[in-house]
Amino acid sequence: MTESREQNVTGVFELENVSVTYGSEVAIAGVSMHIPPRAVTALIGPSGCGKSTLLRCLNRMNDEIGSAKVRGRITLDGADIYAKEMDPVELRTRVGQVFQKPNPFPMTIYDNVAYGPRTQGTRRRSELDEVVERSLKRAALWGEVKKDLKKHAFELSGGQQQRLCIARALATQPEVVLMDEPASSLDPISTQQVEDTIAELKEYVTIVIVTHNMQQAARISDLTAFMLRESMEEPAQLVEVGETRVMFTNPGDKRTEAYITGRFG
Amino acid sequence: MSRRIRQARLTQTLAVAITGAAAAFIVTAALFLLGYILVRGLPAMSWEFISQPPRGQMKAGGILPSIIGTLALTSGTAAFALPVGVAAGIYLSEYAPRGRMTRIIRLAISNMAGVPSIVYGLFGLALFVILFSFGTSILAGALTLACLTLPVIITATEEALRQIPSDLRQASLALGATRWRTIYRVVLPAAAPGIVTGSILGLARAAGETAPILFTAAVYYKRQLPTSIFDDVMVLPYHIYILATQVTGRPDDIIWGTALILVGGVTAGSVIAATWRSLQRKKVRW
Ligand SMILES: Nc1ncnc2c1ncn2[C@@H]1O[C@H](COP(=O)(O)OP(=O)(O)OP(=O)(O)O)[C@@H](O)[C@H]1O
Ligand SMILES: [Mg+2]
Repeated sequence: MTESREQNVTGVFELENVSVTYGSEVAIAGVSMHIPPRAVTALIGPSGCGKSTLLRCLNRMNDEIGSAKVRGRITLDGADIYAKEMDPVELRTRVGQVFQKPNPFPMTIYDNVAYGPRTQGTRRRSELDEVVERSLKRAALWGEVKKDLKKHAFELSGGQQQRLCIARALATQPEVVLMDEPASSLDPISTQQVEDTIAELKEYVTIVIVTHNMQQAARISDLTAFMLRESMEEPAQLVEVGETRVMFTNPGDKRTEAYITGRFG
Repeated sequence: MSRRIRQARLTQTLAVAITGAAAAFIVTAALFLLGYILVRGLPAMSWEFISQPPRGQMKAGGILPSIIGTLALTSGTAAFALPVGVAAGIYLSEYAPRGRMTRIIRLAISNMAGVPSIVYGLFGLALFVILFSFGTSILAGALTLACLTLPVIITATEEALRQIPSDLRQASLALGATRWRTIYRVVLPAAAPGIVTGSILGLARAAGETAPILFTAAVYYKRQLPTSIFDDVMVLPYHIYILATQVTGRPDDIIWGTALILVGGVTAGSVIAATWRSLQRKKVRW
């Protein structure tokens, strides 16, 4: 993650003084951070501190929540993603998302992965076949399902379904993949597989992951951002962000240390 | 055993007995009803009964015009009510903003469901038969029945769509799909079983209604089969009413035979819907 690598790759987020309100409630305020490309950035913090809210700012999924209002400036590769000429639908093909619970569509494995490319207008069978194979390979699911791509997605195990959802998100060839606690509903072995997948994925994409699991954050992320909401009356804030190694061994803020060592949250 | 536990057990036994008895009563009543219609109606069944028009002042012959009339009316009702009802259900579940206007629309729909069917008949007469000058016709009757069925279809659609986890919608939107694409590629297919079942129940009800078509579509006696949507028609439920009240000296079994055809048709529709739904269920579960 040297400066020179950062210059010729895409998938860089810059957040400046971002705040989100739900109706009259200010959920997060004053968040500024840099999200480097081809790296895993972990968002950690106690429940309700706005991790999911911040994540949804990055692909404008907050737009789908009527009461949510995002302020501040967020750029992706230099372009303001909340600018008038930015189409949220187009943005989401560049910034994919994987959710907490595996949520495959009620259709075949193949159709799940092909959903994004088809939405973008890809119709050629050979092209779709290629995208489906590449995406499933990158999500480390290809070996297990290549024989029955016509199988219904619900016949897969929970862990396989989650990797299918990762493959589905990769199929639009995004620059960034957002993950909101992607392993929290999985058993330890599936969790391990998803973590391995993430480690390989950062070769191609920027990853922003929300996790409640400190060991997981320490294992898989390069950067860690710690968020905290001190009381319900105040909005949540970004306490600090830094290299994961440093954050976990020598945090700059007392509150980070308290959280990481398990004294609250 | 303490007194408290013994009492709790007694209450439990009583609860099982009472709810069980109610269930048994309903099943018995339904079986008795169907069995009675079957026993009384079967003697009338013959090829002539379902393939010929009535003759001998409706005391003999068949009921073909009524069967065709009911089929035509029900298909017409489906053609109007399904697209509009499903579209309105989609709007209410997926697009309608939470607000006063939407509450008013919902209130209007549930009120529509409560309007007596004879009132729909009068409304259809005033609007479709007279104002639009469709006359007493399949068209006017189908439109009237469609108004009556709409609330059922709208509600069934809305309920079925609400059952679909919001996770699926989110996943589709996050892949860069528009709302509409999300609805018709992901949400609607998943909700289809519920929508179809609800709609068939609504249409089955419509097929058996007499009051709404009394002034808008039904005719007392007509040997010819309809050739256009502007024709009036004989219809099964109205034919039963006519046979029972207006035709003296007719054999009882032709009334019950007509009822059997109506009930049989409606039941067949429900069974097909239920079967299709359970086949779909095997494919779709969360
Ligand atoms: N859709 C919404 N409508 C209104 N308020 C919301 C909505 N989503 C989140 N909030 C509010 O924003 C605040 C932050 O919630 P958020 O879900 O972002 O926290 P989180 O850090 O992801 O929590 P968790 O770890 O439990 O997932 C909470 O106070 C919550 O009540
Ligand atoms: Mg969350």
